[in-house]
Amino acid sequence: MMSIALEIPYWGQSLLRVLGGVGAVLLPAGTIVYLFLFKMMSFMQSRLGPMEAGPYGSMQLLAEVGKWLQKEDIIPENADAKIYKLAPVIVLVSTFLLVVVVPFGPDALFTDFSAGVFYALAIGSVSVIGILVAGWSSANKYSLLGGLRAAGQLIAYELPMVLAVVGVVIQAGSMNLQQIVVAQNSGSIFGWDGVGFPFVLTQFVGFLIFMIAVQAELTQVPFDMPIAESELVSGYMTEYSGFRFLIFFIGEFATAGVFAFIASVLFLGGWGIPFSWFGWESLEAVDGWMNIVGPVIMLTKMLVLTGIIMWVRFSYPRFREDQLQRFAWKVLIPLSLANIAVTAILKVAI
Amino acid sequence: MTMLSERQQMSYIASQAADARLNVELETEGMTLNIGPQHPATHGTLRIIARLDGEQVVWAEPSAGYMHRGYEKLTEVRTFPQVTALINRIDWLGSFANEVPFILAAEQLMDIEAPPRAQHIRTILFELSRIANVSLFLGDLGVQMGAVTPVFMAFRDREYVLNLIEGATGGRFHPNFDRIGGLKDDLPKGWLDETRQVMKKLRNFCDEIEDLLFGNEIFQSRTRGIGVIPADVARQYGLSGANLRASGVDWDLRRDQSLPLAYDKVDFRVWTHPDGDSWARCWIRLQEVREATKIVDQLIETLPPGPVMTKVPRIIKVPEGEAWVSTENPLGEMGYYVVSKGDLGPFRVKIRSASFNNISITPWVLKGVYVPDIITILASLYFILGDIDR
Repeated sequence: MMSIALEIPYWGQSLLRVLGGVGAVLLPAGTIVYLFLFKMMSFMQSRLGPMEAGPYGSMQLLAEVGKWLQKEDIIPENADAKIYKLAPVIVLVSTFLLVVVVPFGPDALFTDFSAGVFYALAIGSVSVIGILVAGWSSANKYSLLGGLRAAGQLIAYELPMVLAVVGVVIQAGSMNLQQIVVAQNSGSIFGWDGVGFPFVLTQFVGFLIFMIAVQAELTQVPFDMPIAESELVSGYMTEYSGFRFLIFFIGEFATAGVFAFIASVLFLGGWGIPFSWFGWESLEAVDGWMNIVGPVIMLTKMLVLTGIIMWVRFSYPRFREDQLQRFAWKVLIPLSLANIAVTAILKVAI
Repeated sequence: MTMLSERQQMSYIASQAADARLNVELETEGMTLNIGPQHPATHGTLRIIARLDGEQVVWAEPSAGYMHRGYEKLTEVRTFPQVTALINRIDWLGSFANEVPFILAAEQLMDIEAPPRAQHIRTILFELSRIANVSLFLGDLGVQMGAVTPVFMAFRDREYVLNLIEGATGGRFHPNFDRIGGLKDDLPKGWLDETRQVMKKLRNFCDEIEDLLFGNEIFQSRTRGIGVIPADVARQYGLSGANLRASGVDWDLRRDQSLPLAYDKVDFRVWTHPDGDSWARCWIRLQEVREATKIVDQLIETLPPGPVMTKVPRIIKVPEGEAWVSTENPLGEMGYYVVSKGDLGPFRVKIRSASFNNISITPWVLKGVYVPDIITILASLYFILGDIDR
């Protein structure tokens, strides 16, 4: 197979990767906001949602962005101005850094990082710094409470997330996300390779823990205490307005998309289709058209997963902070440890 | 601090002293959090001043009065029929229920009674305003805990009830329909059939809310055992309505007193709950909406024929005297103490509104809870700002 990567000069590849990275963050964010926040939520609540801007309100997001860009950029008098301005950028940058390791096709990837899982989980928690900084620098009591809650919560849920992924890493025998995709699609269930071997089948517990941790990591209901609009007005975002609020807003949904990408890579087979369908033996044998189809498959899986995330968000009430910590430390972490032990034993035994 | 009672001052000083000791040991300092008057959770302009240690409330105090409109004073410069337009706005979600006790007090002074049909229709509208009020509470409960969907279901089904009230009275929010001696009009044609269907819809709504919200484990963990008010404390603070019944006190003015309303002609159950926590208060209200739909159904079946207005003079002068009438309103006991000197208008009206007493327990019940629980406890106590600051 002739790899596309060889035909394009290095600068072209870099440009494509940068554009692809921006696209991979902003496109899902926009889709999620329109599809789920505007439409699905409205239908769940027996209303139509935006209908005026464009057909079925599809241009509503542009209108909203335009509105936010026009608004005044308010910096509170007592705020630590430099850090206050920096905070939303940290959150968004961590999202961009996160998408870097996600493979979208045999060649459609940004970096082929051998410790990709490790990197993704490490970078995923950088956004906490942004949130904590935002809460502290706003010089607002609600923001401070929100920021501290976010820090406590994200640290608590980082651990089950890492532990949930360990099971996948043991099964795939690699920390490279591309290799994890290959391991799932070239695998077979007791010799039958019709659907490959998506890890969600064996790692179902891990998948559940991962999705719960993602929900908490994204501060979505039922884990949205850092924002908790009925208690803390808007948590760490209370003082932000205009463009900076927009960055937080995009960051929230973009991160949801990226974590859904990672979840679909780890548990649902990623960009791949079962290799046996076309007789591919290894990654090198995969046809070039998968670079086009792969991203579409990824987007579909991402939308399914974010759909579930948003579905839960719109129908559940929220936990209290201490209940959430108890849930993380007393339920999720022991469960994920047990999951690792069982996976390791079975891996050796079979 | 000058406004506080001695007991509250003592508790404040004790909390400050405890704070100071803690600060010496751990070098932390408490934080005073002003929840309100502008805050998304206070539905109005209630201000709660809370001293926090971390996220735990050391001391909390409600500060009412940001929406005081002086209704007690305003009633003194109005004639008796004009007052109903004013007192509609006290509990703005269940407006019709505000009119009834005042009109009953005036009727008591004039020694007249509304005809049976008017009494029936009054009771029906009274229960409809209870449904309109409490169904919004059931939806709002979700929003206070972060679930956004139930409130839209509540608004959807409350709309049917508001349409009924509008159909009968002409006003969705402020009917101003009750008159001394009866009602302004009879019910319109077809209204009873529509009411029967709407009551079915509302029972479905109650089932939906019970499935979506009350059956949710997170909701239960947020409300069960939170903000427990024992029966004797509830009595001491003068709680009424569902808040009192949730503490296990079997007390309902609809059943326990005989007023010229049609409650003695219907069969309904007064629900109580032994726990006294936030869950109990929410659950009692859910059951009360169900009971209210049943009451309305029974009253429709037994609606007597006849006039809706008794003979009253064209210009109403209420004879000299004093009367106290209170009814079981959606928020609790609401009463009017009317003093008349034989003029066109009342000499003095004292309004006893339920929310003001219900909210007075907050310093007691909020002590030691976490910040998120402030919101759930306030939500479960259920107050309307207009009902606190008359």
